[in-house]
Amino acid sequence: MAVDEAIDRWMRRGASNLRRAKWLVATGCAAIVVLAWLGGLDWPVAGLALAAVLAVAAFGPGARAPLPTSAGAAAPASAGLQPYSAEYLAAAIPDPLVMIDQAGAIVHANDAARAAFGDFRAGTLIQLRFRTPEFQSFLSGLREGAAEPHVTDYAERVPIERWFRVVGRPLGHGTELFVLVFKDQSETRRIDRMRSDFIANASHELRTPLASVAGFIETLRGPARNDAKARDHFLQIMQDQTARMARLIDDLLSLSRLEMKTYAAPSRAVDLRQVIDRVIDAMNHLAAEVGVTIVREVPPVPVEILGQPDELIQVFENLVENACKYGQSGGKVVVSLDAGTGAEASGPSVTVRDFGPGIPEEHIPRLTERFYRVDAETSRAQKGTGLGLAIVKHILTRYNARLTIRSPSGEGAAFTVQFPPSQSRSS
Amino acid sequence: MKSDHIMNAYDQELKFLANRIAFMGGHAERMVDQAVQALVASNTDLARKVVADDMALDEAQRDIDDKAVIIIARRQPMADDLREIIGAIRISSDLERVGDLGKNIAKRVVSLSDAAQPIQLFRGLEALAQLALTQLKEVLDAYATRSVARIGQVRDRDDDIDAMYTSLFRELLTYMMEDPRNIASCTHLLFCAKNIERIGDHATNIAETVYHIVTGDQMPAERPKEDKSHKVVIPTK
Repeated sequence: MAVDEAIDRWMRRGASNLRRAKWLVATGCAAIVVLAWLGGLDWPVAGLALAAVLAVAAFGPGARAPLPTSAGAAAPASAGLQPYSAEYLAAAIPDPLVMIDQAGAIVHANDAARAAFGDFRAGTLIQLRFRTPEFQSFLSGLREGAAEPHVTDYAERVPIERWFRVVGRPLGHGTELFVLVFKDQSETRRIDRMRSDFIANASHELRTPLASVAGFIETLRGPARNDAKARDHFLQIMQDQTARMARLIDDLLSLSRLEMKTYAAPSRAVDLRQVIDRVIDAMNHLAAEVGVTIVREVPPVPVEILGQPDELIQVFENLVENACKYGQSGGKVVVSLDAGTGAEASGPSVTVRDFGPGIPEEHIPRLTERFYRVDAETSRAQKGTGLGLAIVKHILTRYNARLTIRSPSGEGAAFTVQFPPSQSRSS
Repeated sequence: MKSDHIMNAYDQELKFLANRIAFMGGHAERMVDQAVQALVASNTDLARKVVADDMALDEAQRDIDDKAVIIIARRQPMADDLREIIGAIRISSDLERVGDLGKNIAKRVVSLSDAAQPIQLFRGLEALAQLALTQLKEVLDAYATRSVARIGQVRDRDDDIDAMYTSLFRELLTYMMEDPRNIASCTHLLFCAKNIERIGDHATNIAETVYHIVTGDQMPAERPKEDKSHKVVIPTK
């Protein structure tokens, strides 16, 4: 294919050079013919000379002037792109780009598209992959040549919320191919969303501590005005409540920040052993306070996954903190790391296990919901905000990791984070 | 790649089926999503829209049935093509059921919106719907790309849905016991939760159909179900 194209291009250049130099060439040829006719040259020599003149005129380096054709404006640009494969061009575009045919079958998807939407095989029907009613009507409008512009918004709610603005254009004229470009709008949408979510969550969760603070102020100004002992007691409660509100706002902000982040697979190799060490160092203080020892069980070799150290530390800090708080009675928390390189190659996993009372079975599936508490009283006493595991789950979703919670009755609870095998780079 | 760039009438008929499935899938997903949204926000207008949308889904299913029967009668397809057509019939009937379940949730919005419900009642339901929708999306994506690599996960997640449903069941029972005035709304929510759980089951069915279309084999036998809600009893004092 490439050879044909090169020859074709070469021929066309030759023809245009000839057109430009036609008077010169004609004069030269006429001179040779006249010489030969007058007997100054042999006919075969004259023939060779003619051919040489024509060849030089056609393919020799000529002055680069714009072609005096009607397509003059467009020609330089298209000639400039011609040597490059369309595939390279598509790959160089950072946004997902998909080329489809008249029936909607995918002809080509660039790397960004595959990274964003998973693997497309050529021939996959695009309307099967993007099924929203809006996308379907956008597609039929595009294929039937309805008036431009062809733009639609495509949103995916699960597993991570993403929004795209999709623009469709026919490819060239009469090729019956179409190009769709997906512009990621998630970030702007998330900012809008964050604001409303934050207000909704904050107003709901802050109301209780706020009401209690307000109540105590009223009491302090009224009936308890002169009761020094009660005043101290109430001020203590008020301090606890305001501290709780502060923690709640911190957690809400951290969750919102996480939700803000763009959908990008983490790309740095992180040694899980170092992460665990840092988490244990940070948590030892709290553990000692509640009378728990943290036991570390890690393999002697590095276990690497692609990730962000800060996020991973946040995950395990939350898990260890919970284990210390709610498994306090067990006196021990075990953090174990399994490289997962055995026969099944299931990927590395980290288990945080406590030996406390455990979690009743019916609550387990719902622990990662925001503000879900097994026991509101204990949670409040332990300064929980009801957001810790929601944060954990949110981070793990981005790592394509699974959180499994096991708690056989009376044997404490084990939280296992299973990372996918493809991510690990233990080799 | 198969040499299918010459579009004959037969190819076009198969493409028609795929197109209609795409339409049904998109609509069913949208209906469930909007039904739950309407429920949480007590948005009766949105609920009415969902109920009306079900018509289009039913029509698409009839289209697929008719067309599939005609193709089988006329072309007498074999192997891959036959599996493809039978698969389309089965998936469309699953999707139609998903739409019905979504419609049923939407219908309950009206009776639930009379009195304001505490928000925590809906959180669990939202999370359950999120799981079911992920499930549905995953299987329909698998159908689109013809890849069965992630199909196994669908079953794992179905267990999650069942466990979550059982937990919700308990929670709603507790609310009913706390205050008999909750019984009406909690019963409606219980049915909504059950509907969402059924949507998960239909997604699993579709997963099995997709597996069959792609590989020609049946999916390995299913493990015992995790749904323990039938064992939940009210402790008597």
